[in-house]
Amino acid sequence: MTDHIVTSFSEELEQLSINVSKMGGLAEAQLQSAIDAITRRDMALADRTVAQDQQLDDLELLIEENAVELIALRQPMALDLREAMTAIKIASDLERIGDLAKNISKRSLVIFQDYETPNRLVQGLSRMGKLALGQLKLVLDAYTNRDVDMANRVWMSDEEIDEMYNSVFRELLTYMMEDPRMIGMCTHLLFVAKNIERIGDHATNIAETVSYLVTGDRMVGERPKGDKTSTTSVPTAT
Amino acid sequence: MSVAEAIKTETPAEKPEQVSHKITGKDVCVYYGDKQALFDVNLDVREKQVTSLIGPSGCGKSTFLRCINRMNDVIDGCRVEGEIKVDGTDIYRSGLDVVELRARVGMVFQKPNPFPKSIYDNIAYGPRIHGQASDSAELDQIVETSLRRAGLWEEVKDRLDNPGTGLSGGQQQRLCIARAIAVNPEVILMDEPCSALDPIATARIEELIDELREKFTIVIVTHSMQQAARVSQRTAFFHMGVVVEEGATSDIFTKPQDGRTLDYITGRFG
Repeated sequence: MTDHIVTSFSEELEQLSINVSKMGGLAEAQLQSAIDAITRRDMALADRTVAQDQQLDDLELLIEENAVELIALRQPMALDLREAMTAIKIASDLERIGDLAKNISKRSLVIFQDYETPNRLVQGLSRMGKLALGQLKLVLDAYTNRDVDMANRVWMSDEEIDEMYNSVFRELLTYMMEDPRMIGMCTHLLFVAKNIERIGDHATNIAETVSYLVTGDRMVGERPKGDKTSTTSVPTAT
Repeated sequence: MSVAEAIKTETPAEKPEQVSHKITGKDVCVYYGDKQALFDVNLDVREKQVTSLIGPSGCGKSTFLRCINRMNDVIDGCRVEGEIKVDGTDIYRSGLDVVELRARVGMVFQKPNPFPKSIYDNIAYGPRIHGQASDSAELDQIVETSLRRAGLWEEVKDRLDNPGTGLSGGQQQRLCIARAIAVNPEVILMDEPCSALDPIATARIEELIDELREKFTIVIVTHSMQQAARVSQRTAFFHMGVVVEEGATSDIFTKPQDGRTLDYITGRFG
């Protein structure tokens, strides 16, 4: 793509995109830290993760302001307008991912203080977290390279996280039924799993946004979904 | 058959969009002496819609516009080839009454150019020479209706005898639009009608264009892409004498098909 006649316009658009990528990198790091903290029972890391979320919030605000200013002052058209709009959308998804990572860390702080975590449970969460992280990495690469195929791959493979969430969900139910003293911890872990599942959803949102950015068209068709926990009930003893 | 299937089969097949073309241009070539300004332009203009012609300076958009009411006839050495039809009639066939054509296809220019006459006479001039009013009462009526349609009546009704040239720029342009619609044309051509006006006057003209669309087919040449986006339903992008792309305005400005269009509307033309 050739540059704009007005050089500063191109520079502003580029800066917007750089900031989104930067925010993506930060969100990725936050998620990584949150998962590491919970698997290694690392309180200091969990603390840091909570504190660093502010950076994501600040960046989102900056991106939003820059995009609004660009729209007001440059009146971007077509692809350029999509650049500005999608920067806002992706930034908001990344900010949510940051919030969810922060929430995972907050919960892990509570869990570390009050409970011993069974290794098997944490392993499940860690695997889920890695999957979500992989999705996030891939979709951020798709954004940086403006690659629709890559975005499509992310969009199609969210199901795996959903399925893993199903099994973690069931496992936690079993623990809680076996020993009511586990309910406190398991509830926290359940939320952690749910948060990771939500992060996967945000990654697919970003995939949709990237596809729209590049093609100008919305993704059509039904996305494969695997989260069945909303319709799962606890079997009652008879 | 299931209910869903029954509903499906009863739905009538989607009808193709009914499109009525007021103006059709086929293989239009225009030469100024040896220099060719338009190359095989094929462009149809839909009835009662606003079509904007955009493109860089010298791309041929004004040339095409002026072909539609044969304004190019007055330029020495200008030659038009191909076919332009208004309502199915070839406007370049021999024996066509050009004066009558220009009454049907009116024009508004870049700079407001009222006659050095009273406001009243500016409007009354056309209907008078075309014999469209049988008495002075009818002429009064035409003047009032035209000024009302142009959104100027309330501002000038008490000073119809004042010279048209004494009005503000925006008012003068609306006077020219009123003058164009006084002879009851079917098509109005506008050649950058707002480029000499301030933003408020521009907004008034744009509002007016939107209202006039109910009765007239409008073709507008504009350098302001935002204006094209605001006022028109269809947009044609001209570049170096050819029509690169024509389509719904919302598509042209959000997802143009041709790279040259994208470059132009996003300000990348080198």
